[in-house]
Amino acid sequence: MSVGERDPVTGHMTTGHEWNGIKELHTPVPKPVWFFLIAFTLFGVIWVLLMPSFPYGTGYFKGWLGVDQKQTVAERLQEGSADRAAWVARIDSEDFATILKDGELMPIVRETGHTLFGDNCAACHGIGGTGNSGYPNLGSAPMLWGDDPQTIAQTIAVGINGADPQTRVSQMLAFGRDQMLERPAILQLVTYVRSLSGLEEKTAENAAAIDAGRELFAQNCVSCHGEDAKGLKDVGAPDLTDRFWIYGSGREAVYQSIYGGRQGHMPSWGLRLSPLDIKILTLYIIDLREQQRATGGSGT
Amino acid sequence: MIQGTWIVQCGGVGMVAQLTALERTYAAIILVCVICVGVAMAVAGRGDLMAAHGWIVALFGMVVMALLLRGIDAPDPWEERFREYYDDPTKVGIILSLIWGVIGMFVGVWVAALLAWPDLTFDAAWASFGRLRPVHTSGVIFGFGGNALIATSFHVLQRTTRARLPDQLSPWFVLLGYNLFCVLAATGYLMGLTQSKEYAEPEWYADLWLVIVWVVYFLIYLRTLARRREPHIYVANWYYMAFILVVAILHIVNNLAVPVSIGHAKSYSLFSGVQDAMTQWWYGHNAVAFFLTAGFLGMLYYYLPKRAGRPIYSYRMSIISFWGITFMYMWAGSHHLHYTALPHWVQTLGMVFSLVLLVPSWASAGNALLTLNGAWHKVRDDAVLRFMMLAAIFYGIATFEGSFMAIRAVNSLSHYTDWTVGHVHAGALGWVAMITFGSLYALVPWMWKRPALYSARLVEVHFWLALAGTVVYVFAMWNSGITQGLMWRTYDQNGTLAYSFIDTLVAMHPYYIARTVGGLLFLAGAVVAFYNIWMTISRPAPVDEGAAADLPVEPPAPRAWAQAGE
Repeated sequence: MSVGERDPVTGHMTTGHEWNGIKELHTPVPKPVWFFLIAFTLFGVIWVLLMPSFPYGTGYFKGWLGVDQKQTVAERLQEGSADRAAWVARIDSEDFATILKDGELMPIVRETGHTLFGDNCAACHGIGGTGNSGYPNLGSAPMLWGDDPQTIAQTIAVGINGADPQTRVSQMLAFGRDQMLERPAILQLVTYVRSLSGLEEKTAENAAAIDAGRELFAQNCVSCHGEDAKGLKDVGAPDLTDRFWIYGSGREAVYQSIYGGRQGHMPSWGLRLSPLDIKILTLYIIDLREQQRATGGSGT
Repeated sequence: MIQGTWIVQCGGVGMVAQLTALERTYAAIILVCVICVGVAMAVAGRGDLMAAHGWIVALFGMVVMALLLRGIDAPDPWEERFREYYDDPTKVGIILSLIWGVIGMFVGVWVAALLAWPDLTFDAAWASFGRLRPVHTSGVIFGFGGNALIATSFHVLQRTTRARLPDQLSPWFVLLGYNLFCVLAATGYLMGLTQSKEYAEPEWYADLWLVIVWVVYFLIYLRTLARRREPHIYVANWYYMAFILVVAILHIVNNLAVPVSIGHAKSYSLFSGVQDAMTQWWYGHNAVAFFLTAGFLGMLYYYLPKRAGRPIYSYRMSIISFWGITFMYMWAGSHHLHYTALPHWVQTLGMVFSLVLLVPSWASAGNALLTLNGAWHKVRDDAVLRFMMLAAIFYGIATFEGSFMAIRAVNSLSHYTDWTVGHVHAGALGWVAMITFGSLYALVPWMWKRPALYSARLVEVHFWLALAGTVVYVFAMWNSGITQGLMWRTYDQNGTLAYSFIDTLVAMHPYYIARTVGGLLFLAGAVVAFYNIWMTISRPAPVDEGAAADLPVEPPAPRAWAQAGE
């Protein structure tokens, strides 16, 4: 019906249609378009024949190559554990002291431990294990429940106030909120506790407070923190005389700890990680602490 | 005259006076219904977040009602109007599109910054990443892109059929109804309402509302085409119709859900497990295909040849591209689920269709670029046309990358990494936003009968800001994504993973900062565009619009318009 005209630029005819001034050329489809269309379609057909593809009723066409993604994953996992088998067996069977002295195994522990620690522990304890407010420094602070390898492994496995029935349980009482101590008494305790680590110098103004605080400490705190305030590992009560503070050392932070109590939480990793992973993490942390000690690492 | 006059025109009297008395009555009835539904939602949903949405619906209805009432007594419009195209909804749609664009891109920069500096939530729940991110995606895709599609489709539809829109109420219903949906979506995300389906987050009542709006939209298309005065249907309309029809199907199927009760916002999807994932990504990938590709190809097919003054290079290539794109895309969604619980055979099919899809996609991009033969000097001199040219190039880049990433082996590296984010933005910034800005720049002077834009220089500034922003963004994400993908899969010689997840975050941090900078450049460009277009509109119109050519050749209805004057 419509009559085309020749486009002077390309030399092609138009289709003769026009929409508000827009025309179209009748240019044939360029050969490369046909070529690639056919080539890609051919590839598609071949790929569909080689791979699992068409469904039929209750099953599907498995493909001539017999590739199966579930099987592939299973094989790769097997290969993966074969790569690890040699050193995994040694870490599994040898005791902590032997491994810690082993120049071959410890580099593996450091590499594997770094990833395990990064993926499981770093969110709270920091990527270098240096801790955050509310989460202890694992590199240099004393361990609340003890720092021999068996104890560390046990702490990781059962967690603190965690879901495991064997979990370690620890609770600092809310002396203020539960009305065991009045505000002035707590303030005196704050001054005394801070003076234990040299954060408060004894002066004429606070001498009375420190003395009163010592009295209050003897009455309320020693059952967990010990008479010397150096903490008790049986109940996970921290040493109050050192320079490490999980919840902060400022007057406000210490006041909050005494007023509202604390009940830290660490997941029971035994419910999630394998005994091997926990052993590697234990070794990794011990190694980290040794390195910190060697370099005189600081903590908060 | 200027801003004030235009706002009045836009906001009420001028545009309301264009409606017939009957249309105004219908509009009032619809608005009363909307307000009643809003109040009913507020009452039924008290104690639930749905009540907040009820009040928003009612308030939206009341604001529009107030605008309507200001002009409700105006005399019936002159019958001469039937000799002109109906462009008021297009004008408002352009402005809404730009407003949503600036908001959506601003939130985009914010969420980009959140990834680099997570404290920017200011401890407010509404400002958390999970809530702001859909505000960004819906804001730019549906707010900016959707309004631009509605506005341009009404314009293109009339010009290429030489028929006026069938009535003056339904286009407003579509435009304003659609924006109500967008408002419900964005406010819902901030309150924490979501179906957790990417790009389909709004809850059941918003989804139902969109179905009604969308059906009316499709009917406008069919009714106008039925009355067309051109023997053939132009390619742009094929694409716009594919966009409207398929989005309706996708939206309905993916959002099939049962609400907890009629008074609760929460609903549960009809699908579960891997079927849910497959339905979602069938929807998600076809949202890319039919919303972000087909719709904007419709835009490209009108504004590019028009601006270049060149005929489309090949009608036959248009046919191959159209049917190739619409057919292949439908099957490609499963490539989003490579190496998952989705059966292997579905993945194979998704990959194969994605690969073949490259050919019609490149045929489209090539057709657009070859159309510019004979007009390359215009591309050099005219930044508006250059926007469209660049869009076609980025369309080619993004579709190549998409097909490449759909290959299972490649996907094993790219999946879940920032590479995906970079790919999406190559398409969204480079293709969708560029063709939108180019088209709007071309369209605004026509719509408001201005001889030219306020400043061609500012278009030039915008062009380079947009290009620089896109390139910085995409390169940052390519680097970040490939770094991330490689770190995730690197084993040391002991057979143990070399990096923890947190190590990859440290490695990505610089790229996240670069990405924020890229986004900021792009946002700056959008603000420049908004200013330029606003100044174009608010300048006084020349006395003689000289738009005689932009008219239907004869009035469609043999009505009593003749008595009105001549």
